[in-house]
Amino acid sequence: MFEGRDVLSILDFSREELEKLFDVTSKIERGSLRPNLHGKILATAFFEPSTRTRLSFETAMKKLGGSVIGFGGVEGTSVAKGENLADTIRMLDCYSDVIVIRHPLEGAAKLAAEVARVPVINGGDGSRHHPTQAMIDLYTIWKEFGKIDGLEIGLLGDLRYGRASSSFLYGLSRFKPKKIYLFSPPTLRVRREVKDCLVKSGITLEEGEKLEVENLDVLYVTRIQKERFPDPAEYEKVRGSYRLSVSSLEGAKDRLIILHPLPRVDEIDLEVDETKHARYFQQAANGVFVRMALLSLVLGRVK
Amino acid sequence: MKEEELIVRRIKDGTVIDHIPAGQALNVLKILGLTGREGYTIAIVMHVPSQKLGKKDIVKVEGKELKPDEVNRIALVAPNATINTIRKFRVVGKIKVQLPDRVTNLIRCTNPACITNKPREPVSPSFLTLSRSPLLLSCEYCGTYITQDEVVEQFL
Repeated sequence: MFEGRDVLSILDFSREELEKLFDVTSKIERGSLRPNLHGKILATAFFEPSTRTRLSFETAMKKLGGSVIGFGGVEGTSVAKGENLADTIRMLDCYSDVIVIRHPLEGAAKLAAEVARVPVINGGDGSRHHPTQAMIDLYTIWKEFGKIDGLEIGLLGDLRYGRASSSFLYGLSRFKPKKIYLFSPPTLRVRREVKDCLVKSGITLEEGEKLEVENLDVLYVTRIQKERFPDPAEYEKVRGSYRLSVSSLEGAKDRLIILHPLPRVDEIDLEVDETKHARYFQQAANGVFVRMALLSLVLGRVK
Repeated sequence: MKEEELIVRRIKDGTVIDHIPAGQALNVLKILGLTGREGYTIAIVMHVPSQKLGKKDIVKVEGKELKPDEVNRIALVAPNATINTIRKFRVVGKIKVQLPDRVTNLIRCTNPACITNKPREPVSPSFLTLSRSPLLLSCEYCGTYITQDEVVEQFL
């Protein structure tokens, strides 16, 4: 099901496959399954900064008994001398059993997968895909509610350029949430191809500018990037409504959980961390278990 | 007798491109790289009444037979066009252009951050055909949608 496969987009995976991944993750998290990746090598090729993705992949690999090579920035590599992506990947392909790549250009992971013989995992390319983040987001909800179907899920922030929110939405298209609410400034609305995918899956969508929290079971917050606004005054106008505070959670359901792919800047007040709704740090912690499960499956050590 | 024959005479040798969506004849010429300076006798008939399309354009090129890859390019702006090869006033071949499910190496991705726009990488722009009418392509690398207008722009 998973062995030898590339992980380029969450759309490459069916609902059954994602549920299999959740099941394996849950067993690893509880300690009832301990896959052994001794002798396997993970190569990390990060052409862009990352804290969580790279370090949690490294942690996951090491916890499973495997080892890690690679780079976290192009400084000190031959990329700085002008080596192209394909040649860099060819080298890592010789040294390792699986490659995780992060790259600023969209489709870079697909090119890497075409060049490499070993499985390639997309750790985020451009503003399109970040499949393992989506797997973590979905797993966090699945763990919390025991399901994803039937939930009302809101997304708040930059839904246009954020690869995490796009991948999360693609992932939701594999399930049957009751309704998805998209809260964003008009210029940062979800892209047409993402929306088409949700509509085709038969999911009910509602788009708005102002957060309405009352119906939500899950609120997924993403960073609004100031640099996306051509006019700073325009940014100042909207920033208030995309800053989540304790008071903006008034009227929320008891069971509402708040997720954020992180890094957070100031879109969630620190006070919200103390509320019963905050789940973003648990979500990040789940990242290690999900990536342990994924590596074990892709390397064929868990069937 | 066909309507357009009242306007333009038959050609002896060459190509008649029929069933071009009304208003797209000039784009078809652009895609073929025909500027009017090559010396071919070219007839452009626009907004001809058509049973299939309501209105259509027709292009007749005297002295030029189209090659298959040129036919594919036409499908991007004229998805239902027919290509009639004419020799000695007779139609000796009739092909209906059909945009393939995958369009490779014909147009660029409009997303500047797409890997296919990066020089010195072993990768060619490639699109999946999501819809033929209206035309909608999706980049196989970055997922960007390319519409009819964006395709036409690339040939301007």
